Formats: sequence, C-alpha cells, structure tokens
Amino acid sequence: MVGGDALFWHRLQFAFTIVYHYLFPQLTMGLAFLIVVMKALALKSRDARWNDAARFWIRIFALNFAMGVVTGIPMEFQFGTNWARFSTFAGPVIGHTLAMEGLFAFFLESSFLSVLVWGEKRFGPKTHFAAAVALWFGSWLSGYFIIATNAFMQHPVGAVIGPDGALRLTDFGAFLFNPWALAAYAHNMIATVVTASFVVAATGALYTLQGKHAEAAGRFLKVGVIAGLIASFLVAFPTGDHQAKMVAKFQPVALAAMEGRFESGAMADITLIGQPNVAARRLDNPIRIPGALSFLAFGTFHSDVAGLDAFPEDAWPDNIELLYYAFHVMAGLGTLFIGLMALAAGFLWRGRLHATRPVLWALMLAFPFPYIATAAGWITAELGRQPWLVYGLLRTKDGSSPNVSSGTALFTLIGFTGLYFVLGLLFVYLVGREITHGPEPHEALHG
Amino acid sequence: MVELWFAIAAAMLTAYVVLDGFDFGAGVLHLVVAKTNEERRRVLGAIGPFWDGNEVWLLAAGGTLFVAFPKALASGLSGFYFAIFLVLWALILRGIAIEFRSHVTAPLWRSFWDVTFSVASASLAVLFGAALGNLVRGLPLDAQGWFSLPLFTNFMTENPVGILDWYTVLTGVFALVALTAHGAAFLAWKADGPLQARARRAALRSFLVVAVLWPIVTVATRSAAPDFLAAFPSRPFAWVGAFAAIVGLVAATHAIRRSADRRAFLGSCAFLAGLMVATAACSFPVLLRSSGDPALAITAYAAGNDRAGLATALSWWLVGFPLAIGYFVVVFRMHRGKTPSAAEGEGY
Ligand code: HDD
Ligand code: HEM
Ligand code: HEM
Repeated sequence: MVGGDALFWHRLQFAFTIVYHYLFPQLTMGLAFLIVVMKALALKSRDARWNDAARFWIRIFALNFAMGVVTGIPMEFQFGTNWARFSTFAGPVIGHTLAMEGLFAFFLESSFLSVLVWGEKRFGPKTHFAAAVALWFGSWLSGYFIIATNAFMQHPVGAVIGPDGALRLTDFGAFLFNPWALAAYAHNMIATVVTASFVVAATGALYTLQGKHAEAAGRFLKVGVIAGLIASFLVAFPTGDHQAKMVAKFQPVALAAMEGRFESGAMADITLIGQPNVAARRLDNPIRIPGALSFLAFGTFHSDVAGLDAFPEDAWPDNIELLYYAFHVMAGLGTLFIGLMALAAGFLWRGRLHATRPVLWALMLAFPFPYIATAAGWITAELGRQPWLVYGLLRTKDGSSPNVSSGTALFTLIGFTGLYFVLGLLFVYLVGREITHGPEPHEALHG
Repeated sequence: MVELWFAIAAAMLTAYVVLDGFDFGAGVLHLVVAKTNEERRRVLGAIGPFWDGNEVWLLAAGGTLFVAFPKALASGLSGFYFAIFLVLWALILRGIAIEFRSHVTAPLWRSFWDVTFSVASASLAVLFGAALGNLVRGLPLDAQGWFSLPLFTNFMTENPVGILDWYTVLTGVFALVALTAHGAAFLAWKADGPLQARARRAALRSFLVVAVLWPIVTVATRSAAPDFLAAFPSRPFAWVGAFAAIVGLVAATHAIRRSADRRAFLGSCAFLAGLMVATAACSFPVLLRSSGDPALAITAYAAGNDRAGLATALSWWLVGFPLAIGYFVVVFRMHRGKTPSAAEGEGY
C-alpha cells in the first residue's frame, strides 16, 4: 500500500460523490412517477391544465436529470479507480447488475428523454405520454439494478469464492432477487416519492403564499400532499420496519450500533434521544421507550436483542456515533413527515389548505428534509456494513486500489469538491429561475 | 466464450467511439463552423437528442469489461487514475454545457458554455486517443498485474514510460483530427445553409489530414510497439478492419466533395470502426500490454470471469443488446431529417 491513510480518502471521496449523485436521482425517480400521474390525469379528464402542470415539472426534471447523468458517470468508474481490489474480487458478480443497468435502463432513459423534454408539439400527446412512462420505467429499473448491486455488498448471496480468490456467481436468480434488495428497493423507491411530493407541495405552497399562479398552485398542493401522505406512511410502515427486521436478522451488530445498545438482553428499548459514548460504552442522557426495539425487530417484547457486547470489537462498525445519529435522524424525520402531511391533508380535505398560512409555510420549508432523511438512511446502511465491504467476505481495508497514493486520492477529492460546488450553485440558480418564472408558456425564455 | 466476450467488449467500445465520436467532433468545430447564436443552437440541437445515449455506450462498455474481465478493468482504471479523472471531469463539463446553455439568453452565459463545450470535447478526443496509444504501447505492469503511470517521463516509449510520450501524443492528435472529421460529416448531414457549407469544408480538410496522418501513425506504431503489428497478417479481423477503414475513408472523402453528406458520414463511421476492429484484432488476446516483460501482460484468459459467469452474462446480453439497438433506431428515426431551426419552437 502506498500511503497508509489512502483508505480514508478513498472512502471519503466515494461517500461524497455518491451522496451528491443521489441528490438528483431521488428526485428524478419520484418526479418521473408524479409526472406520469399528472399526464394520466390530463389524458383521462381531458383537462389541459394537468398538462400545463406536467410541463412545468418536466422542465425541472430535465435540469435535474442532467445533473444525475453527469454525476453518475464518475460513480461507475470509481469502482475501478479507487476500489480496484474490490472490483477484482466482486466484479464477476456485481459486474452483472452494473452492466445490466446500462444496457436495460440507461439506454431506455437517455433515448426518450429528449422526446419528453422537447417533443410535446412535435410528436403529439400519445407519444409524449409514452415517453413519460418510458422515463418512469427506465429510472425505476436503474434503481433496482443499483440497489441489487448494493444489496449484494450488504448481504452476499448466490456466489462463492473461486479458486483464484475472486467471487464466482453460482445462482443468478438468488443474486438478482436477493431478499435484501427487495426490501431495500421497496423502502428506497417510496422514499423517492416522498422527496418528489415534498418538492411539488413546497412549490405549490410558495405560489399560494405569494398569491401567484393560483390555478397551478392548487394542483401542486393536491398532488404533493396526497402522494406525500401515502408515501410517508409507506416509507415507515411496512417498508422501513421491514428493513429494520432485515438488519436485525443479517447484520445484528449493525442494529446494535444503530440503536447505541452496548449490552444485550430482552425487553430492548428504543432510544428517542441520547448520544453514544463509545469510550465509556454507554448512551449519555437517554430517553427511551421500553421494549420497543424487541418488538420492532422481532415482533415480541421479550425477544433478546444482541448488544455490541455480544460481538468482538473488530466486528463493530467503525463509526458508531455517526451511524447512530444517521439512523435516528432518518427515523425521526420519517415520523415528523407523517405528522406534517396528515395535518396538511386534513386542511386539504376540508378545502382550507390554501388559506392556512402556517401550514403552507411549514410545507414550503419542509422540502430539504426528505433529502436529509435519504442521505442519513444511506449513511446508516453504508456505515452499518462496516468493517466489511462485502459483508463477511471482504473487509473495506482490503478493497481499495493498491497503486493509488493518499495524496492523489485527496487531490481528486478536492477536485470533485470544487467542481460539484460550482455545479450545485448553477443548478440552484437555474431551478430558481424556472420556479420564479412559473408554470406558464415559455417561448420568451428561449429566444 | 472468452473470445466471444473479447469481441463483445471490442464491439461496445467501437460503438462508443463511432457514436460519441461525432458529438466530440461537433464540439471541436462548434466555435469554428457555427458563427451566430442561431447556428450554435443548431449544432447543439443536432447532437442534443443523441449525446446522452451515445455516452451510455461508454458505461455499457465499462460494465461489459467489469463483468467479463474484472482484473483488466480494475488494473487499467486504477493505473490510469489521474487521467481517468480528467476524462470524467471533462465529460461532466461537456454534458452540463449542452444542457445548461439554452436556459439563459444572456450572451455572456452562452459564450461561456460554447467555449466550455468546445474545450471539453477537444480534450476528450485527445485523451481517448492518447489512452488508446497507451494500450498499444504497453504499460509498466508488475507481477501482481498493477501499475501506475506518471503523466509524462522523458517522452520515450521505453520504460520508464509515462501517459504522454511522443507516440501517445501523436495518437491523441490523430484521434482529434479523425473525430473532427467525423463530427463535421455529421453536421454536414444534419444542418443546412451556411452552417452546412462550412461543415462540409471542415470535413473535407480534416479527411485529407487524416489520410496524411494515418500512414505516419502506422509507421510510428511499428517503432513504438514493434511486435504489435506482427500479429496483423494472421488475423482475419484485422484485414477486414483495415479494409473497411480504407474503403470508408476513400468513400467519405469522395462523398463530401459531391455533397453526399449521409454517405460521407457513413464512410467516416466505417473508417473509425475499421480502425478499432483492426486494433482489437491485433491485440487479441491481450487486454493490457506490458511495456516491460511481455509475460506480465494481462490477457483475456487470465483476467476473465469463469465460464458459467460469462454464459450467464451472455444470456441477458442477448436480450439487452437488441433492445439498445432498437431504441437507437427509434430515436434516429424520430429525429430524422434536418435539425429543425430553433425558431420553429422547441429545442436547445
Ligand atoms: C425520505 C426518506 C426516508 C424516510 C422518511 C425513512 N427512510 Fe429509512 N432509508 C431511506 C430513506 C428514508 C433510504 C435512503 O432510502 C435507505 C438507505 C438504504 C435503503 O435502501 O433505503 C433507508 C434505509 C433504512 C434502513 C436500513 C439501514 C441499513 O441497511 O443498515 C432501515 C432499518 C430504515 N431505513 C428504517 C426506517 C424507519 C424505521 C423509518 C421510519 C420512519 C424510515 N426508515 C424512514
Ligand atoms: C446502490 C449502490 C451503492 C453501492 C454499490 C455503494 C458502494 C459503496 C462503496 C464501494 C463504498 C466504499 C467502501 C466502503 O467504505 O465501504 C461505499 C461507501 C459509502 N457509500 Fe455507498 N454505495 C451505494 C449507494 C450509496 C448511496 C446511494 C449512498 C448515499 C446517498 C451511499 C453512501 C455511502 C457512504 C456514506 C459511504 C462511506 C462509508 C464509509 O465511510 O465507509 N452509498 N459505498
Ligand atoms: C455506486 C452507485 C451508483 C452508480 C455507479 C451510479 C451510476 C450512474 C450513472 C453512470 C448514471 C448516468 C446514466 C446516464 O448517462 O444516463 C446514473 C444516473 C442515475 N442513477 Fe445512479 N449510480 C449510483 C447510485 C444510484 C442510486 C443508489 C440510485 C437510486 C436508487 C441511482 C439512480 C439513478 C438514476 C434513476 C439515474 C438517471 C439519471 C437521473 O436520475 O438523474 N443511482 N447513475
């Protein structure tokens, strides 16, 4: 190994670039779904104003998609550049899903994006609707392949270690339909709908508070709040709950760390607030619900839940504090989302949402939080997987590239930081312009 | 099976070069052949519906190498670490420039993205050409199959080698010219009016430069990698590739003179594809050549997935590949004919 701490920079670079990349696909996937909903409403009700609403979101979709594409390409290549030993080891297996993602999903998405964005007049409403469906299908398919890839790292099934020390696929079906992948996919895709509906609702709330675009604003609020309420429920139960059961079953040490449980035992509590103190092996100032963890993880209050003391220290995730905070941020926000959306839906139901300013303010300011919950969820998953890169088979420290020095990795990390900062500013500026301009015919902007 | 996957990987890379190649060429010429805002929008409109799909061939080719020859992919990408990130950053800037330019009308905003688009495209053409040159010249592989390369050393093709030496700079320039010609032929086909006239002129000039540079590069290859061309006579695919390249180049030059733009573009496709096929055929079965002891080279047999894994991959590849081709046919048909001018409504 060149440079002992290269591993740290490899990890930080991967974490930074993937968290940044995933800011965009989550909106792409959720919004693709909502655009199909709006376009279907337009076709069904023959109400052209649903089409105007969809057209507004398609313009934002296009900007967001471009960011997703350009930040996604480095992800694909970093497996080889930064994680060369991991790629050699796991490539024979995860190469399948990564290549399939390109062949089955990215070709579909990239082919029909320009039809969706530029082709409404040129190709007519039916083709345009078909393009929206193709984008939705393609983006959700690419989500599956990438999550199946990650699921193999979390819970490797369908493969064995071959004579040359690299993995060999033994059961393609088991690998592709990994139970971990199915659980993670359900939870993650619902989470994308949470993000998109919060964004749509926030825009509706903004226009209503400004007293602008009342027609469109009402539609945005309606779609955003209804989809947001349903998705917020589903993300917690059954999908989030199911994810927790998977972790309890296959990564018990990660569950103990997520909950900050240093000691094993029955009647395990859930901690609402508290800070893990790893040096002293306890939680500081905990506020707990007795028995709740036993119930959530195994379905009865009396099941034993292992604590960190049940595992050797070299099997502990290496950043227990961050893991604990990340998990609590996600689950805490998830609970708040249900509350907010239920409240907004109540006012919507009674036809008073457009006049209830405090709720509109809350909706308008809430849109960043699903992004935070999503990033926190992934940080939980990826830190909980530590110290393994492929769970139980390859340690993270054995996966990085042996021929890349720490200074070089730091240099490219700095490069990404600068480039992504500038791109982020430009993106926010352009989306801000679209939102300021509002859902009106656009000719003037493009002269 | 290994031979088949070598061919598949080569075919995917070839598709990438032929397809994204015209985007790069259009980018190189963007500032030269398109003078007004309206013309520049035409250039972007011509490649707009295609560039992202074209770029996916790079990802798909990468995925193919990942599943079929993981050791070669891991060694190659980590060894070229720094150069790969230059490519990635240039790809980011290129894509963002195409997509963001149209959103603001201010002239300064547009000039900024025009220049970014052009510089990024030209750098990518040179970088990919130099990368191919590196693969032909060979890499300083160690006994475990790893290497790392400085950007340059003494510009000689013997160890210690660097990414840039006289040979790889030459292949980089060659790629720049060949892809410029390719992009010019594409624009001549898709545009009309003065833009088309300028694109034709650019295409003709660059085809002539290609015709001069190509023999020089071939002679240089004999000196930089003496044994590389030794395999040529015994490789039928190398003959087919070289033949296609010659016919393609002659036909392209001839056609552009007579304003048969589509034929010129197809000729240029044949030229690039022929070069790629001939190069792959000469290299087989080696994926990463060694610049030192030839025994250290990484071959397709040693880098590969096992038979069962390759057979599984073939089963989904045979479904996915025709689908991908199908989308391309549909998209090219939907956007057939001349690129509509921006005044007619929707577009870049
Ligand atoms: C809007 C976003 C969002 C919200 C509100 C929630 N989640 Fe979540 N969660 C995600 C977004 C997310 C995610 C980013 O999508 C993750 C990361 C990996 C994955 O598949 O989904 C995830 C992973 C994830 C995991 C797996 C962690 C691991 O693999 O180690 C568990 C146990 C939960 N979630 C549980 C919950 C519970 C009990 C919630 C209750 C409210 C909840 N999540 C709300
Ligand atoms: C679904 C496909 C994904 C794959 C294949 C994947 C793979 C990887 C790899 C190879 C690493 C580096 C090795 C390691 O530190 O363990 C890593 C780390 C990480 N990934 Fe993922 N990842 C995926 C998705 C995500 C997403 C969507 C996010 C967040 C939005 C994410 C967050 C992280 C973080 C925070 C780390 C750093 C953890 C650490 O410090 O070790 N990952 N992931
Ligand atoms: C290490 C993990 C990841 C890699 C290697 C990766 C790779 C890529 C690449 C190369 C693209 C550009 C495709 C194009 O050119 O059209 C892309 C876009 C995309 N990615 Fe990722 N990605 C990762 C994580 C994720 C995750 C976790 C998800 C969702 C679950 C996701 C969903 C998408 C989607 C839907 C797109 C389409 C473009 C967009 O949505 O903006 N990706 N990704």
